[in-house]
Amino acid sequence: MANPKLWGLKKSPWVFHVAAASCNNCDIEILDLITPHWDIERFGIVLVGSPRHADALLVTGVLNRKSLPRVLRVYEQTPKPCLVIGIGTCTCHTHMFERSYNVVGPYNKYLPVDVYIPGCPPKPEAMIMGVVKALKRL
Amino acid sequence: MRRVVPIGPYHPLQEEPEFFKLIVEGEKVVDLEINIGYNHRGHEFISQTLTWDQVPFLVERICGICSDSHPYAYVLAVEDCAHITPPPRAQYIRTIIGELERIHSHYLWLGLAGHFIGYNTVWMWVWRYREPLLDLFELIMGNRNHYAINKIGGARRDILPEDYPEIEKYLNLLEKKNAMFTNAILDDPVIRARLENVGVLTKEEAIAYAVTGPTARGSGYACDVRKDDPYDAYDKVDWNAIVFEEGDVLAKAKVRLLECDESIKIVRQCLKNMPDGPIETRVDDIPTGEGIGRHEAPRGEVFHYVRSDGSNMPVRHKIRAPSYMNIASNVVAVKGYSIADAALVLAAVDPCYCCTDRTFVYEKGKKKYSGQDLLRLSLEKTEKIKRRYGK
Ligand code: SF4
Repeated sequence: MANPKLWGLKKSPWVFHVAAASCNNCDIEILDLITPHWDIERFGIVLVGSPRHADALLVTGVLNRKSLPRVLRVYEQTPKPCLVIGIGTCTCHTHMFERSYNVVGPYNKYLPVDVYIPGCPPKPEAMIMGVVKALKRL
Repeated sequence: MRRVVPIGPYHPLQEEPEFFKLIVEGEKVVDLEINIGYNHRGHEFISQTLTWDQVPFLVERICGICSDSHPYAYVLAVEDCAHITPPPRAQYIRTIIGELERIHSHYLWLGLAGHFIGYNTVWMWVWRYREPLLDLFELIMGNRNHYAINKIGGARRDILPEDYPEIEKYLNLLEKKNAMFTNAILDDPVIRARLENVGVLTKEEAIAYAVTGPTARGSGYACDVRKDDPYDAYDKVDWNAIVFEEGDVLAKAKVRLLECDESIKIVRQCLKNMPDGPIETRVDDIPTGEGIGRHEAPRGEVFHYVRSDGSNMPVRHKIRAPSYMNIASNVVAVKGYSIADAALVLAAVDPCYCCTDRTFVYEKGKKKYSGQDLLRLSLEKTEKIKRRYGK
């Protein structure tokens, strides 16, 4: 066990949800995950209220000029090592908003993203699978 | 003494980034400042670089909860511009999806309202029964959200007659559950105590702030595009607009709950009377002109305006979402209530910040254009164009 923090993370990752400039749908699907139909809390995944308590960040939506500095700040506040999980096609590249004057570009220019989960929005099963894959890689 | 309580932009209470400054004296909220713009993606600009048929996919992604409303209003606007009437079957299909979306959105609000008052049972419970609706969307359109059903001149997918019994089964389930929610939530003394006489928006204030949708109807102001200016199949079905006079959060909750019943009624009638025939008309080109489209989204009237110069793209596309009007009314609704009620009152209009976000241009720390500047620029441009065309 090289890194106790990583080992702890594998068992029960606490996630913080950051919506950059999303359309809300990915966010709703994330909330959907903790309601009884999907209930990811049975795997020990808990949505927490502060980035300082989080092991993983769930980012959704494209980055725009106003949200970029805030997202970076949330990332800085998260204790390292942490996972960054990009949910939705918006995080994989800039989706349909490529041409917008306010969108600053894909995530990998600014943040180390560990897993991308494509889909608009991804199905809850896909999200669970993405998180599990991210944990397996640790 | 005045103090400021900041909420946001990344607050555990909200799923969307937005920033409220509650100005409080002791426990009492005396003022509110709303700061938006974290979500601005420039849809109006992007849509002017896409072709007519691509825009519905873009405007669908303005907001994930009303992902039927924006494309709906957009296709109505383009059809208005091009003088197209979609075939009757397409009209019925669009109406059905519009109403199903209303139920899903109202359930979503109901759950979150439960969460905001610390009653997570309501949240879990309501969202549990929102799930069959999403399955129903998947059955009809192949995706849980972002349905892509609207198309200029018709609908993109047909509702197959084989699926009617399945849909009917879901509707029966929803009807039962909706009755259960209505009774349980309105009879619960704790919920009543938290919602009654909280965040009152009077009828005068509602009119002054031009609020729309359930926010207006909860304040006794009966405005509903489906009744006032019926489109598609809304004038061919029988339903009631729900209006309550009190203006508090409970009234808004009642409006939403009872509206779900009406929506189920509309869907049932549409399924029963659905005519046979094609689901789209051929649209060759969009002539020069302009058009408007209004649709009653779950949160109120959504308005789209398009202008065409005869090419394959809109030259101007203007979007006004209902939350843009509704959020401003928070400033009066929240005043005088305690901080504990603020979260609930701010959420009572069912705000959607993705639809609302606008942006300012700042240069060297100063706002570049004020409202007056923009007005002046616009007037100047009109003058210039007039001179160019010699009018
Ligand atoms: S990926 Fe799709 S659903 Fe998710 S935030 Fe982006 S546009 Fe919305």
